Amino acid sequence: MLEEEPVSLHEAPTRSLNMIEAINDALDIMMSHDPDVVIMGEDVGYFGGVFRATAGLQKKYGMNRVFDSPINECGIVGAAVGMAAYGLRPVPEIQFADYIYPGLDQLVSEAARLRYRSAGEFIAPITIRSPFGGGIFGGQTHSQSPEALFTHVAGLKTVIPSTPHDAKGLLIAAIEDNDPVVFFEPKRIYNGPFDGNYDSPSRTWKAHPGGKVPEGYYSIPLGKARTVREGSALTVLVYGTMVHVAEAVLEAKGVDAEIIDLRTLVPLDIEAVEKSVEKTGKCLVIHEATRTSGFGAELVALVQERCFYHLEAPIERVTGFDTPYPHSLEWAYFPGPVRIGEAVDRLMKD
Amino acid sequence: MTTGQAPSDKRRGNLPPLEFHVPEPCYRPGDVVDYSHLEIPEAGTVRRPDEACEARETWPLTSDLIRVLDDEDHAVGPWNPGLDAETLRRILRTMALTRAFDDRMYRGQRQGKTSFYMKSTGEEAISVACAFALASDDMVFPSYRQQGILISRGYPLVEMINQIYSNRADRLKGRQLPIMYSAKDYGFFTISGNLATQFPQAVGWAMASAIKGDTRIATSFIGEGSSAEGDFHAAMTFAAVYNAPVVLNVVNNQWAISSFSGFAGAERTTFAARAAGYGIAGLRVDGNDALAVYAAMDWAANRARANKGPTLIEHFTYRAEGHSTSDDPSAYRSAREAEEWPLGDPIMRLKNHLVAMGEWSEEQHAEMDRVLAEDVRAATKEAEKNGILGHGLHHPFHTMFEDVFEELPWHLEEQAEQAISERRTKWPEWKE
Repeated sequence: MLEEEPVSLHEAPTRSLNMIEAINDALDIMMSHDPDVVIMGEDVGYFGGVFRATAGLQKKYGMNRVFDSPINECGIVGAAVGMAAYGLRPVPEIQFADYIYPGLDQLVSEAARLRYRSAGEFIAPITIRSPFGGGIFGGQTHSQSPEALFTHVAGLKTVIPSTPHDAKGLLIAAIEDNDPVVFFEPKRIYNGPFDGNYDSPSRTWKAHPGGKVPEGYYSIPLGKARTVREGSALTVLVYGTMVHVAEAVLEAKGVDAEIIDLRTLVPLDIEAVEKSVEKTGKCLVIHEATRTSGFGAELVALVQERCFYHLEAPIERVTGFDTPYPHSLEWAYFPGPVRIGEAVDRLMKD
Repeated sequence: MTTGQAPSDKRRGNLPPLEFHVPEPCYRPGDVVDYSHLEIPEAGTVRRPDEACEARETWPLTSDLIRVLDDEDHAVGPWNPGLDAETLRRILRTMALTRAFDDRMYRGQRQGKTSFYMKSTGEEAISVACAFALASDDMVFPSYRQQGILISRGYPLVEMINQIYSNRADRLKGRQLPIMYSAKDYGFFTISGNLATQFPQAVGWAMASAIKGDTRIATSFIGEGSSAEGDFHAAMTFAAVYNAPVVLNVVNNQWAISSFSGFAGAERTTFAARAAGYGIAGLRVDGNDALAVYAAMDWAANRARANKGPTLIEHFTYRAEGHSTSDDPSAYRSAREAEEWPLGDPIMRLKNHLVAMGEWSEEQHAEMDRVLAEDVRAATKEAEKNGILGHGLHHPFHTMFEDVFEELPWHLEEQAEQAISERRTKWPEWKE
């Protein structure tokens, strides 16, 4: 893992890419750098994946390194563990995060535990890529945000990018990491940032600074948050799609908020969290996932434990509801501008 | 809109009530055991197809039973691997050593030296003969009853005992339940307590070996009970789809703790027969016949090495003792099962064969057992110098937090500090 900061947007030549193209670029670079990197998953080979993340890679690197798999997530993750034990660096794709559960035992009891139980003899440098989150009318089996199931597991890292720039650098770091990484891609923002207003015209990444992606190799260290915008009135802890929704809401409300995009949930950048909350004295935690036992609960507990005497108001938590993701009422579930706005108002009322 | 009409209740009136079936073993504690219903073919009668044959040519063998040692202790038929007397003596010795080790460790657990142990009594031929048939660098993904493979490959007994005692010399730093060894240098994957997970992993390792154009193959072992897991299906599907160079073994020892093999489907078909559903080669072998086990693994390993694909082998055997030191089989099965088991004891059968060849004697065997018991005793004493479970001679405290990740993240660093502080509160004099 590289310790230095990512290549500056101002120094390296950049291209305007959407998040899928940035992910494809990261995979391409890692496959050319490291002959042990292999990709497998449902439809990832000839076709290039249902979201096109692996497009062109089989043609470029051959069927031995990029291949389709049976529809069997237990087998995909289990085989990846065996490949890692051999010495490969597998990057399996789970087509939707909602499909990952049959592979959970192999991930939780095996990949996450190999290093510990073998005292370092066997490791699992596996990066499991999976599109997650809602907002695309995917219904309850194509919209879930199960990140908290993984952050709860000792031995797993959980990474969630929010821009094409970060997706590329974080994915490269994840693949280079010698521990298993669950890499959740917020599919609602594959093609462009999303302000939470589903009825407004969709945007592309072209006009967004996070859509400018440096060419070539660079990595963003896991465990380092990104300050989306500095502010002094309120700290917002957020990741994935909700970064953009939060940004739009706070912009519209004219609140001088500091928005922290966590980028990596485990290991968490606790320093960035503490520093910001100590400065602002107020904290809003946002995620799209269901509320109870969500990662927000962990964040709220950490802020309470570590920053209590700096707090000027109760910590607010905005999340999805504790229901399955409904199809027709998707936008009633989604923690959109109204839900976030009300929480901001409560925090700012004094 | 009209709704459809419900089927008439009258038509169902004559049907018998549906019956729910829960499998039940033939014998329970106290029952007289009669195994005459088991079809045990004469040794030497099963055909041996070419190793490169079409998978379907093996399918008749999946309802048969490959046997080499006959009732007169001779090795007969096309599956006779024709091993020389010296190799046979080495296999015999390794099986006897495995049993001597098991006996000693079992006693050690009863004496409070560790928390748990699992014997492989009656199943030694499967681990040991398979290990002899494999190349020493072929990768093994074992279950918890393949200690015979580690012993065959020359893994030091002292290291095994250090692990069983979770002492300060335990290479696994006292983290794993006893017998969950890991020995990468010996091609032995870290054992999991979650059953059957190793099956798809072995296939993945074999896929990697093929991707890299290596010559090493992989093999894995599970019990018949855990062949019911989805991992079995995942492994078989991946092995078939990618023609993986892997040998998948089901050790059918009839019992999964207290559940007989019927709860994994044995009432209807053999475990080997599942090979046909996936289109791969399948063999069913007398697991108490070391020569038959050797021949089957040799056949399957050669097939895999020649890119002819995976094989499923069912080793038909009997778990002669409890599941583990935490189990009392007299509570659920007849003690006469082990006595009446028609395939005999694997060590006695190979011993009798060597005696019949004029290559071994009762005196030599007794002397060998005496020496092996002494070797195990010496290894035990050596390991005990490093401590036994619960007597303070464990790995340094901080190692509890290491190897969760490659690098210690802040939250584990904080928790390690807390654990050490708790320790100092309880024992103010404690130093490490």
